[in-house]
Amino acid sequence: MIPEFGHYALILAFCVALIQGVLPLIGAHQGRREWLVLARPAAQVVFLLLATSFLILAWSFYANDFSVLYVAEHSNSQLPVIYRFGAVWGGHEGSLLLWIFLLSTWTVLVSQLSKSLDDFMVARVIGVLGLITTGLLLFVLTTSNPFERLFPAAQDGRSLNPLLQDPGLVFHPPMLYMGYVGFSVAFAFAIASLLSGRLDAAWARWSRPWTTAAWIFLTLGIALGSWWAYYELGWGGWWFWDPVENASFIPWLVGTALLHSLAVTEKRGGFKSWTVLLAITAFSLSLLGTFLVRSGVLTSVHAFATDPRRGIFILIFLALVVGSSLLLYAIRAPKNTMGGKFSLSSRETFILLGNVFLVVAAGSVLLGTLYPLLIDALHLGKISVGPPYFNSVFVPIMTPLLVLMGVGPWTSWKDSNLMTVVKRLWLAGLVAIVAAILIPKVMGDFTWLSSMGFMLAFWVIASGCLQIVRQAKAGLPTRSFIGMQIAHLGIAIFVIGVTMVGAYQEEKDVRMLSGETVSVGGYQIQFQGVSDEPGPNYRAMRGTFSLMRHGKVEAVLHPEKRNYFSSTMPMTEAAINAGLTRDIYVSLGEQLEDSAWAVRVYYKPFVDWIWGGCLLMALGGLIAITDKRYRVKLRKLVA
Amino acid sequence: MKSRYKRALIIAAALIVIGVAALLILNALNSNIALYVTPSEVAAGQAPKGQVFRIGGLVKQGSLKRDGLTVHFVITDLVKDIPVSYTGILPDLFMEGKGAVIQGRLNPDGQFIASEVLAKHDENYMPPEAKHALEQAQKSERKE
Repeated sequence: MIPEFGHYALILAFCVALIQGVLPLIGAHQGRREWLVLARPAAQVVFLLLATSFLILAWSFYANDFSVLYVAEHSNSQLPVIYRFGAVWGGHEGSLLLWIFLLSTWTVLVSQLSKSLDDFMVARVIGVLGLITTGLLLFVLTTSNPFERLFPAAQDGRSLNPLLQDPGLVFHPPMLYMGYVGFSVAFAFAIASLLSGRLDAAWARWSRPWTTAAWIFLTLGIALGSWWAYYELGWGGWWFWDPVENASFIPWLVGTALLHSLAVTEKRGGFKSWTVLLAITAFSLSLLGTFLVRSGVLTSVHAFATDPRRGIFILIFLALVVGSSLLLYAIRAPKNTMGGKFSLSSRETFILLGNVFLVVAAGSVLLGTLYPLLIDALHLGKISVGPPYFNSVFVPIMTPLLVLMGVGPWTSWKDSNLMTVVKRLWLAGLVAIVAAILIPKVMGDFTWLSSMGFMLAFWVIASGCLQIVRQAKAGLPTRSFIGMQIAHLGIAIFVIGVTMVGAYQEEKDVRMLSGETVSVGGYQIQFQGVSDEPGPNYRAMRGTFSLMRHGKVEAVLHPEKRNYFSSTMPMTEAAINAGLTRDIYVSLGEQLEDSAWAVRVYYKPFVDWIWGGCLLMALGGLIAITDKRYRVKLRKLVA
Repeated sequence: MKSRYKRALIIAAALIVIGVAALLILNALNSNIALYVTPSEVAAGQAPKGQVFRIGGLVKQGSLKRDGLTVHFVITDLVKDIPVSYTGILPDLFMEGKGAVIQGRLNPDGQFIASEVLAKHDENYMPPEAKHALEQAQKSERKE
């Protein structure tokens, strides 16, 4: 009976979302107050209904209700409780429900935190979000109902894919979706302002913190996914240019461009049409990502068995959203919106150029991701576009962007004297060149690519430090400024990590007998043997390895090969000895003959800096959101 | 500077960026695409020579042999068999009788030297390329 309540709640949510999507928009258009004031309460009701539905699904998992098809397919009675909770979004239906639930969470947050915004704007923003909610709820109700019953009920569930039985599953999807879905707020603000014809600095100031918040979640979500893949998949890679990874990375690139463009719109009233277009694009790409992941058209590490018919629905929805918003854009976008005049050496120019690089990078990743689909659709054969494509296109596009990043923050709005900027930056240039020569020497192997990586990273770091010192002398810098510097520093840390791993990692696949030693990166790893260990819902073959340096044992590593009872597939659990300057990564391959095992031993210098850099970026965003000018707004709200 | 020139300069800069990116993309696409080929096509000599390509199909039952870190197996679309060798650690889901996609090149004696074995993350999942190869093979069987 309880799952039916979840289903009813979904149907009711659909009806209320329809009201939320239609009446406030018409009300705002015709000036009917009694209609547009419906926006806030409707959004709250939808949120409560979806929360109910979501909790009921979670409860069905917790209570092992295998009469619910979705539960029977993604859980079983042996599954530890924490993973039963994660399993709620371990499959298609549940992850869509999470998507919509988070959408309504954002909607309610907007409706609660925008009390000082005028009612017409609020009604339009919530209305647009309501329409999106309606469309997606229709999708869930017609093609992917998570509450569908199984009759007779299954004795036990099929279990969650062993790969997903990891804390990563509990955190990665909600974070990522929070980011994906968060761009809908920026989208709704953009559409609302097009509808009202009021594209002004106030609009940019309102939508900026929301965009930053979404961007923070997306950054963390992608970083978590990357880290999860690194330690769980057992290949030791941190990014595979897998289509599904790309699907989250493309909106990130466009979202990053949007953040910067919004700054110009807020501060200088410029780039309005461009900003609106970016907001529409970022959300459309989030939807496209959902389509790519959920339709099963992609061959990818995320391609679990999927249903292609669902793809058609999302594709139509996507076409409707993109088509109608671009149409609206074509009709209503303000002409001549470069804003106040600015010279070629102004901050506006630098942000614009940065935007061009980010968008072109996003386009090139999108092209590489869709190209195989396109070729297949045209019956020109089946092909795959591999990581070398992305590396050879992406790196050259990002290089000038990093150079710009060192200069841009030094320029001032409207006009600045480039000569003064250059005079202040010579020290940063010197630091970059010294780093480019010195670090590859210290690491023992000089390559142009790694040298360039260090040069760019230290260019950004040195430029940032110089500016922080300068600003601190002049008085306490704003949080916006500090946030920006920390986020940029995060990029530099990330680049150092990527460069180090790319140039100096060592990967060895070896056959090892008990007692044998292999050395990587100045460490010796001795194989001590394999023992049999029971787990809660699996049996593991547990290897023991001693990590030694200069003849002294520094750590003992235990990689595992697990056999889950509910599955025929073995699972590799790598063992990682993490450190600030290197990770040692050991994973068991298969048992060869006798007591010999295939073993994978990796030395990954500075690999944790990759995720550390992402954390810094997110932290920078967080500090920027708490800037005074947004708080003033909040204080007004409380009063 | 007049604002007209300024705008022209900015647009020109953007176009240059896009143009260079397009060149990069075309160049990279040219050299980094791997074609999917079915085992029957490989047997018929239709595989690209001296180039990296991918084969989708089933790992033939009983064909897996180990020789230290090197493994030999046969990939099949149930009509034609292609012998494959690979040095390294196989992914968890690689199993006899299951679908697989492998990337590599053909050596002169008709053996496929795999540089990468791709496996999916779900035991019940069949790579679409492997499925495609089986379907193609069935179709051509029926014609004959």
